[in-house]
Parts: sequence; structure tokens; C-alpha cells
Amino acid sequence: MSAAIIASDKVVSMTAGSAATSVRAANEAVPAAPPVVAAAPREPRTPVSEILLSIFKAVFPPIAGMVLLIAVWALLAGTGGSIPGPLPVWEAAKVLFADPFYNNGPNDLGIGWNVLSSLQRVGIGFGFAALVGIPLGFIIGRFAFMNAMLDPIISLLRPVSPLAWLPIGLLVFKQADPAATWTIFICSIWPMIINTAVGVQRVPQDYMNVARVLDLSEWKIVTKILFPSVLPYMLTGIRLSIGTAWLVIVAAEMLTGGVGIGFWVWDEWNNLKVEHIIIAIFVIGIVGLLLEQFLLLLARRFSYGNS
Amino acid sequence: MSKVIVKVENAGMSFDTKKGKFVALRDIDLTIAEGEFVTLIGHSGCGKSTLLNLIAGLTLPTAGNLFCDGREIAGPGPERAVVFQNHSLLPWLTCRENVLLAVERVFGKKEGKGKLKARAEAALEMVHMDHALDKLPHEISGGMKQRVGIARAFAMEPKILLMDEPFGALDALTRASLQDELNGVMEKTGATVVMVTHDVDEAVLLSDRIVMMTNGPAATIGEILDVKLARPRDRLKLAHDHDFVECRAALLEFLYQKQVKKAA
Repeated sequence: MSAAIIASDKVVSMTAGSAATSVRAANEAVPAAPPVVAAAPREPRTPVSEILLSIFKAVFPPIAGMVLLIAVWALLAGTGGSIPGPLPVWEAAKVLFADPFYNNGPNDLGIGWNVLSSLQRVGIGFGFAALVGIPLGFIIGRFAFMNAMLDPIISLLRPVSPLAWLPIGLLVFKQADPAATWTIFICSIWPMIINTAVGVQRVPQDYMNVARVLDLSEWKIVTKILFPSVLPYMLTGIRLSIGTAWLVIVAAEMLTGGVGIGFWVWDEWNNLKVEHIIIAIFVIGIVGLLLEQFLLLLARRFSYGNS
Repeated sequence: MSKVIVKVENAGMSFDTKKGKFVALRDIDLTIAEGEFVTLIGHSGCGKSTLLNLIAGLTLPTAGNLFCDGREIAGPGPERAVVFQNHSLLPWLTCRENVLLAVERVFGKKEGKGKLKARAEAALEMVHMDHALDKLPHEISGGMKQRVGIARAFAMEPKILLMDEPFGALDALTRASLQDELNGVMEKTGATVVMVTHDVDEAVLLSDRIVMMTNGPAATIGEILDVKLARPRDRLKLAHDHDFVECRAALLEFLYQKQVKKAA
């Protein structure tokens, strides 16, 4: 949420500060001229070496971090105990990813199928949460009465672990699969409602004044002012929701069984294939990272050049 | 005197605060005639923006009445267009779309899409922004944004144009060019304008009448100065004009002698 708040502050400061920056730019134009002239002669470093340096600066720290992680892991594995080291895990991964989509019946599916079916559950649960949560967030943000009415309910239910809702899901749906989806729905809905509502409440008063002066219809207010203005907040809500959903699905599937990355982790634990559990940890991490990056990319697309 | 557009009768505005009632404005009486350019000037905190918001209908008075074209002002409306200090363009719409939003609201029921678009483009052309029709607000400078804001207001063909320190956030050179622009647009359209400013030169250069407000709290109209300078006005010639200098002196006297602002 904090990212979206910062973004909105930028909107405000941009409107107020743009003229100030133009003044500053005008003032800086005069003293800035001499250094440009002076900079021309001193250029001993070739551009190629500079590019290489910048690539090094960008690439080296993350690589160093990964190397450190693997080193600590190897060290821990080497001190005895039952944690497999990086090499055995790498060998197991090669076998596993040689055929990620094999199908030996419902209880023995490749890791690809497991990830996809987890993603599907997250998608469905999240989709329903968006369908309910976004409109609800708009209503809460727009009408103080609804905010006052629903705030205690949300405050009460939000801290509850989504897994506590799993038995209710099993009771209602009588099946494991919709129950897991239901858990995702519950955990996804809170960030969506809250971020959308905050976004609506934080629509700059200037824009609402424009709406009032133009006497726009409620439809135009929603489509031309509220929705575009709230969109960055909504995308933050979506990002948080999907992040939480991806956390929760692993735990939910461990409990419900069936097909899915969470169930797969538990199954491999029962088979005592610890290498596979470590692979699963990496897979879950990478999928989560990709989801996050994709949504960040989407959010940047709709930030209206505030950066 | 020509037709009265806005009439303010004994208007007052007070706010309920934790320390009790705060009276911002009291006993405001003002009539604005068609085609008149009226400036509200005063120290910060004198309630000049509050008065403008009352005329705009963005806030309602706690005492007295305001009328626009004979009808009581009960809320904002497109016949009283507002140019905001911070331009308030919607950042996700292009310049053309920002103006079009206003044009559609006012003329959408009567005119076709092409005509509406032509109106929006004509308004932008009038403020010399036709080169940036499809640019987003963040792609143009502060002065240009304000030009678009003015175009949006003019495109609505309002009965009265309300401007809240429209050039306050701009640097002096940009401000001067926009003032000249506004003078030009005024001559072309003969619009009625109420403008809030704290710039003495701007007030004299643009106005037919200058309303000087006393310091708050409980601010009211102190004096009203008629500016009888011939139009079109040229800022270079006016700099040495006797009447211009007199008007300027009268304003300065009011602001810095009669209504000395205590050190903030």
C-alpha cells in the first residue's frame, strides 16, 4: 500500500511543484552552461568501458547474493544432518524438469501440472475476490456510512488466518478443491477492499472539484475521474492479494490434498524426497517473484508519467 | 450599467472549529456586471478565495445570499467555470480530452461529436496550445498546463469565469505572457471574470474593478477601485502611464498602510 500512497503524493506535489521546477530550471540554465563546455575535453574513459562498468555494477551484487545463499546452504548441508546440498538438488532438478508435464494418473503428475493447478486455484479465488472486493471498495470509499458500517466487520475478520476458513469451505462445498479456492478468495479480498477504498478516499480534491464545477454525471465521475485515479491503488491491492494468495495456497493444498504445489511438497515429504522439497521452495519463490514483477510492470503502465 | 451577472448580498462565511466559531467573511455585498473583469485582492488569509468558492458554489454561505443571473447559487455549475491555481487537469487525459470533457458536459446534448471536438480544438487554439492537442499534462510545462486550464474554462462558454490565483504558481515571465494572453482572449470573447490575486500589477493590468479585502478573521470588502484605463492595454506603455501608477499606488497604500499584515 505504501507504494501507492507515495505515488499519489507525487501526483499532488507534481501539480503544485511543476511551476516551481520550471523556475528552477530557468535559474539553473545560466550556471549550468560552463561545466558543459569544460566537460568536453576530459573524456579519457571510453564509453565501452563505462558501459561494462555499469553492467558490472548492476549485475555483480545480485550474483554475489545468490552465491552467498548457495555457499551458506552448502555449508549447512556439509555439516551433516539430512539437508541435501546444492549438487544433489541440482541433479534431482535436472531429472524433474526434463519432463515437468508427465502424467502417471492423478496421484503422480509432473511438477508443471502441480504449479499450474495451484495457479489456477489462485486465479479463480482471486478473480472472485476482485469481482466482490473492488466494487465493495468503491462503495466503502465513496460513502462514509458504508465505511462506518463495514469497517468493524473488516477489522474483525481481516486478521483471521485464511486457513481458519478452510473448514467452513469444506463444510459448504463438501469438496477439497473449491474449499482451497474459497480460502484464496478470503485472503485475497481484504487487500482489494482496503486499497480500493483508500484509493477512492484519496482521489485529489482538485479532481473532485473539477467534477463538481463541470457537474459531471455519476457515471462520468466514475469512468473519467474515480477509476483512473484509483487504478494505481487497485493495482497495489491486486499485487498484495496475489502475493498473499500465493503464500496461502501452499498451506491450503497441504491440508486439502489433490493436485498442487503445496500438496506436492507434502507428498514429497511423505516420500522423504527432501531434494524435491527444496526444488519446490525455489519454484514457489520464482513463480511468486514473476507474479510480483508482472504486476509491478502493469502498475508502472498506469502511473501516468509521475516517475 | 449593463446586465448584472452575479449579485452577492450580505454574504458571510463561518466555520466551526475546535476553538469555536471562526468567522472568515462577513457582510459582503458585490454586484458584477456582464463583461466586467473584477479582481479580488488582499493579504493571504483574507478570505478572497473563500469568496470565489462561494460564487463558484463549491462552498455555501452561512449568511446572506448569492445569485447568478437571477438564480440563487446552490452549488457548482458549468455556467460558472473555474480556473484553479494548480490547473487541475486530469493527468490521464490528453489536453484535447481534458477540454472535451468540459465541452461534452455543456454542449453534448445539442451537438455532434465533430462539432464538440472542433470546439475543444478552437479553445486550445485560442490560448496557442494547438500544438499539444494530444499531449498528456505531464508532458507540457506549468504555464502550458494553465493555458489548457483556461481553454477548458472558456470552451464551456460560461456566464462568468472564476479564476483562483491562476498565475500564482508560475514564474514572472510566464505569468506576464499568460496575462497578455488572457487580455487578448478577453477582448475576443468579452467574458465576465472574477479573479483572485495577490499581485498588484496583475490586478491593475487586467481589471475593470479591484475589490480590496480587509485582513481576516471576519474579513470584508475594504475599498473598491475603478480602473479606468483604456483597452487594449499594453504593459510597456502602461508602465509610465499616470493613471496606471495612481491605481497601483492606491492598491499599495491599502495593502501596506491601511491593512498592514502582522508579521507571519
